[in-house]
Amino acid sequence: MAKTLAEKILTKKSKIDASAGDIVVANVDLAFIQDTTGPLTIRQFEKISFQGIAKPQNAVVFLDHAAPSPARQFSNDHALLRRFARETGCRAYEVGDGVCHQLVAEYFAKPGDIIVGSDSHTVTAGALGAFATGMGSSDVAAALALGKTWFRVPETFLINLKGTLPKGVYAKDLILYLINQIGADGATYKALEFSGEALAHITVPERLTIANMAVEAGAKVGLFPSDDATQKFLTTQGRSDSYSPLYPDADAHYERFISLNLLELEPMVSFPHTVDNVYPVSKAKGIKIQQVFIGTCTNGRLEDLAVSARILQGKKRSPGTRLLVAPASRQVLTQAIDNGYIKTLIEAGAIILPPGCAACLGLHQGVLGDGEICLSTANRNFKGRMGNPKAMIYLASPATSAASAIRGEITDPREIM
Amino acid sequence: MSDIIFKGKAIKLGDNISTDHIIPGRFAHLRSNLPELAKHALEDADPTFISRVKPGDFLVAGKNFGLGSSREHAPVVIKMAGISAILVESTARIFFRNAINQGVPVLLCDTTKISDGDKLEIDLAHSTVANLASGTRLTCSKVSPLMSAILSEGGLIPYIQKHKNFVIKKNSGEEPRGGD
Repeated sequence: MAKTLAEKILTKKSKIDASAGDIVVANVDLAFIQDTTGPLTIRQFEKISFQGIAKPQNAVVFLDHAAPSPARQFSNDHALLRRFARETGCRAYEVGDGVCHQLVAEYFAKPGDIIVGSDSHTVTAGALGAFATGMGSSDVAAALALGKTWFRVPETFLINLKGTLPKGVYAKDLILYLINQIGADGATYKALEFSGEALAHITVPERLTIANMAVEAGAKVGLFPSDDATQKFLTTQGRSDSYSPLYPDADAHYERFISLNLLELEPMVSFPHTVDNVYPVSKAKGIKIQQVFIGTCTNGRLEDLAVSARILQGKKRSPGTRLLVAPASRQVLTQAIDNGYIKTLIEAGAIILPPGCAACLGLHQGVLGDGEICLSTANRNFKGRMGNPKAMIYLASPATSAASAIRGEITDPREIM
Repeated sequence: MSDIIFKGKAIKLGDNISTDHIIPGRFAHLRSNLPELAKHALEDADPTFISRVKPGDFLVAGKNFGLGSSREHAPVVIKMAGISAILVESTARIFFRNAINQGVPVLLCDTTKISDGDKLEIDLAHSTVANLASGTRLTCSKVSPLMSAILSEGGLIPYIQKHKNFVIKKNSGEEPRGGD
């Protein structure tokens, strides 16, 4: 039977003919944990009391969420994760190496892989054609112990993309628009599969932004085919051996079809307190902001810092608006230094935070005050997300965020570019 | 699934209760100290929750319950607060798996028929909820046989301890499939 990308990957990894609705047990190519969900994963893993990790070479520990540690409790959790890595022989990425999802994209994810992580944004690696999904601590503990996990094979929504993104409009605007169309729970338990002529112009870094937010529509995975763009990215990362083409079958069955003409998109802003509460930037124009945060697994890549630096070149942030920038990885940071982006951003008044999750989830490095408003390039604006339930979070692209930092209020980047 | 009837009162919340509402990130430093963490359960959704919840109560909410982060601490703190089952109109995927993995039943039903404080009786074996306050009976959608088996063992860890694997039974609506 003709298969979607999700069905293809789950068929290969479960070694049975998998169709939407089936329950399958599939081999896992990569299982990872991070510092806020990892300690519980380790405790659950130790209760299972197996001999160890089934495939230590396929397991990774990332210290990124509260890194560097702002409190002794996190420091102790970091110590627990380091000990676990030493004892089990799995790999560990240290404080300052970057956000787990960016590092998975740079060093691990391959087309056709199954990747599970104890973090909901594990979906990010779908940009490279990997069936990547977030799970809780017990599920990841079981995947570490057994080297496999169970899945319900998801039905798929096919997202057909036409045209090219207009000036001032980015992958972030595309995915915010799409989440608004689908709704925050519209794709619960489904796969989103991206296709269409526009993919030829959508790079892997942009695909990472799009796949990253698939979960904000409830989706289990956000899958891109593996094509020339995938090969180019993997080659740039020195991983050309990891490339293999991967496409859905022509007559695969899809539950729903959604078409987007990128030419019709404009800069979008997600309003508090749900991600699907999205409007064109014109509706948010003039909202005063006390903080801008550019970074995260959604928008902390080199291309995001490049566009931010271009907008902020020779300009200053508004005196009443703090500008925080967190590169998504050490590689992104060093390249951004080499390209001069970091100097431009610092001269514009930015504070450069170490590679990691930074202010995104309110643990440190940019917690908001009562009544404060932040414009962020992250993926979530839930009440309390950035450490204070009395604060408000708006989400937008790096371009909109950088332009807004200059004026101290939410601004259409096309007015400045 | 056992034939036990759960009895308790409903504590009702709204739609889109995220895992950040259930246990905010700002308490993440307490994640290795679960009794302390649990004192903050649902603090940002309903500050009165922790003072009024009684052991055996049911958490009742609307659409897309538990959206957001994969933190399993969300069902952990709900369970530690004394909640015996969660009744919602719909639930986010990761939260659903996490709750079942913690041995906390999640029942999908029309929760608009339940008000805060209603006394309920839940029959897990038959997936029904009797609302003693209104005299109505609600039918819930059934979980898959595998999830039902995980729930009967009290969660995923006891399930794996017992079976050493995922066991997908024949003739259960699930084909025996996959892996090695």
